[in-house]
Amino acid sequence: MKKIWEFFKGTLVLVTKGSKAYYAWAVSLLVLMAIGAAAYVYQLQNGLIVTGMRDQASWGFYISNFTFLVGVAAAAVLLVIPAYVYKWKPIKEIAVLGEMLAVSAMVMCLLFVTVDIGRPDRFWHLIPKIGILNFPQSLLAWDVVVLNTYLVLNLVIAVYICYKNYNREEPNPNFFNPMILFSIPAAVSIHTVTAFLYNGLAARPFWNASILAPRFLASAFCSGPAFMIMLFQVIRKYTRVEIKDEAIFKVAELIAYSMFINLFLLGAEVFKEYYSHTIHLAPMEYLYQGLKGHSDLVPYIWTAMFFNVTAFILFLVPQTRENYVTLNIGCVLIFIGVYIEKGLGLVIPGLVPDVLGEIFEYSPTGTEILVSLGIWATGLFVYTLLLRVAVPILTGEFYVGEDGVKPVIVDTEFIRKADALAAQSYRD
Amino acid sequence: MKMERVRRAIVPAAAAAILCLAASGALAAHQQEEQGAKKGAAAAHTPHGPQFAVPKPPFSPGIFPCSDCHKEIRPNPTRRDLKDEHTNIVLNHAQGQRWCLDCHDTANRDKLRLASGERIPHEESYRLCGQCHGDKYRDWKAGVHGKRTGMWNGEKQYLLCVHCHNPHDPAYKPLQPMPPPVRPENVRK
Amino acid sequence: MPNQESRDSQAFRMSRRKMMKGVAAVLGAMALPEKDAPASVWDAFFQKNFRELSKPELEKVIARLEKEYSGQYGKAVKVHATPPIEGVLYGYGLDLSRCIGCRRCAYGCIQENNQSREPQIQWIQVLQLNKERGVDLEEAELYYNPAKVPEKGHFYMPVQCQQCERPPCVKVCPVQATWKERDGITVVDYNWCIGCRYCMAACPYGARHFNWKKAGLPAAEMNPETHYLGNRPRPVGVVEKCTFCIQRVRNTPGRYTACVEVCPVGARKFGNLLDPESEIRYVIENKRVFILKEDLNTRPKFYYFYAT
Repeated sequence: MKKIWEFFKGTLVLVTKGSKAYYAWAVSLLVLMAIGAAAYVYQLQNGLIVTGMRDQASWGFYISNFTFLVGVAAAAVLLVIPAYVYKWKPIKEIAVLGEMLAVSAMVMCLLFVTVDIGRPDRFWHLIPKIGILNFPQSLLAWDVVVLNTYLVLNLVIAVYICYKNYNREEPNPNFFNPMILFSIPAAVSIHTVTAFLYNGLAARPFWNASILAPRFLASAFCSGPAFMIMLFQVIRKYTRVEIKDEAIFKVAELIAYSMFINLFLLGAEVFKEYYSHTIHLAPMEYLYQGLKGHSDLVPYIWTAMFFNVTAFILFLVPQTRENYVTLNIGCVLIFIGVYIEKGLGLVIPGLVPDVLGEIFEYSPTGTEILVSLGIWATGLFVYTLLLRVAVPILTGEFYVGEDGVKPVIVDTEFIRKADALAAQSYRD
Repeated sequence: MKMERVRRAIVPAAAAAILCLAASGALAAHQQEEQGAKKGAAAAHTPHGPQFAVPKPPFSPGIFPCSDCHKEIRPNPTRRDLKDEHTNIVLNHAQGQRWCLDCHDTANRDKLRLASGERIPHEESYRLCGQCHGDKYRDWKAGVHGKRTGMWNGEKQYLLCVHCHNPHDPAYKPLQPMPPPVRPENVRK
Repeated sequence: MPNQESRDSQAFRMSRRKMMKGVAAVLGAMALPEKDAPASVWDAFFQKNFRELSKPELEKVIARLEKEYSGQYGKAVKVHATPPIEGVLYGYGLDLSRCIGCRRCAYGCIQENNQSREPQIQWIQVLQLNKERGVDLEEAELYYNPAKVPEKGHFYMPVQCQQCERPPCVKVCPVQATWKERDGITVVDYNWCIGCRYCMAACPYGARHFNWKKAGLPAAEMNPETHYLGNRPRPVGVVEKCTFCIQRVRNTPGRYTACVEVCPVGARKFGNLLDPESEIRYVIENKRVFILKEDLNTRPKFYYFYAT
């Protein structure tokens, strides 16, 4: 027990220590978080009227971000499968980074839901036994259950891997393997349940398409890994963690397959709607062409389409996939493309035109954008702190001392200049 | 489980319905018109049939009782356009087939006159209208044509046909609508 | 769906208050109600779902609400909790051949049901439709504003809560803050709703409205005869909807709904679907009726019909 306490104290020391770059990064995130918090207080005082949402479009930017981030979180599974099911070493070394990304994305998801609800003070109504969780009728109740399960699961896995590494021990397979295996269906389920949350609403034809859940998964396996590829390069450049090229390229290859499935499913949906041309085409027309002179979303969705297709080609061709310039361009394009497609591009056409045919063009207000920025900053801050602990563990610069209790902290900088890193020899 | 709930609702309802049926069987001797009257709980029986709880007929001010003027005037049963009095009334209601004294009783101007020759008060004018508009009359008695207010499960007030339709020009007149709702774009903090 | 009896008997009711007291300190730190706030604020915070309130608890809640509203609006406000009448299932008929689109119903409803005037909430949306296109909602116009209605070539279709027998809004609510009562009226517990607006996404009729801001209800216009599940003042951040004027229709005898009373052309019909003598049954037997979006299988108890 004392050992765990010392480990915990060690992590606290770690997160407060770092280079100037680390402090600058952390402080700028804290500033953004403070701005977001102030915007949220303003929203609490005035009500959700300060957002761009109205009865006609009752969900907006917050729920869009939520949906996108569920996908990012689910994508951790894309590292877990090759790492632990196929025991592929290059990815196994870094899978914990994916799990921590899932944790951070889940934190953001829960925050986005919290800022969206009208009565956050009644949050306890959702807690089973104390409140009333309408399980299993409400898909939102399902979402509450699976999101929290997934958050806890990934947190436990990540902390456990780190702690074992810190102790220079191998994870106990009897405890660890079932959890890892369970995290795979859990990742699929958070995304499926979130898709079903929309999918189950017969009132909204744009969402009420069976293709929605598969598409959700396919696009999730693009956006999350794209983010991770960029992150791996940053980590590799500014810390001593080694990430092999082949790991990155393998992830990129998986993105290409996922994007192919995503585009194929999209094509299937577009064909069905346009060829049958029922009244249910209206939301899709609104999204891709504009409807009755309302076309706010059109430039965004075509940008997303262009980005996704371009990135797909870049990731499909081995030459561009294994060239870091084109690879990174592809990652940025996919991240933005999926963010649009699965955020506002999914939520808004579900609500516009509304159930009585009214077209109200929603756009987020400054308050919504500031609150959302604050939440993104919070997520990145959480991820930064998790990395701050995990990176020295992975590089062997934070480990349990000779006495088996006291931690040894070698890494006091965390984020280092690339040239400084090169000058130092890699610690074995 | 849901079926059970539905069943629970249906059983007392069915019991109530059977009771109603039994009661109505006992009263089968009553006229068919009675059916309509029963729905308006306020309906009372008169020698001529049921009477519905209606507000005063909407006479123009000072025009009723008609006999105030007409008792001095000898009735002229010749069909014609009126030139001296009631010139404001333009008949726009089957005017090719009828004129004043088809509906207003020649001998007693305070009454209306059915085709059968029966004289009825203005409070029962729906019977006069119902001579031609039988389908509307039927719906009206059931509370379905026209407006009925009061208690949905108790005493109800009817409006006469003439409260909404000018008997001489019965088409319903257009109204100014209330303002449209505020567009969501214009709902500001 | 678990029935009311079994849920009522669940033991956790007893422990909830105790448990919540423990959590109170934590939530207090989150600066929800102020630490020195009057006891009523805490009572409101810990209030149970309407369907789980025992009789004495309900009486306490109602006393608190009446006191609060009376103070706020400067008049004696009554909050009733009249239960459903046995053997009654409410149904509504709307005669499309009569409606002229004058919107008297929408405004009559606002007055009766204490909707927010600013920002405006309307439970009844009157749609103008093209006679050539029929009930084609893509062609519907909500904001028509000619000098006189009806306009040539158009007909009008007011839409409000259809009081579905299978309400999708109830199914999706994550906290059971909305449910269908035994008399068929779908209600909201405004003190239990968390404001997630999932029900609004699920409703195929646009019948649910959100309090985006504190309701702007002038004291002089406030209707003091209210029902807990109906027209009592709503707090910010919760969803509200048409309840067939629950504060009127549950009485014996009970008045017609405000929209029925105010309609100048008598297009609106209301009654008990289980009573073969009711006018709504007459409508169903004798007229051709249709329900809105029947393909969704929500089974509305709101029947549109053409009397002629």
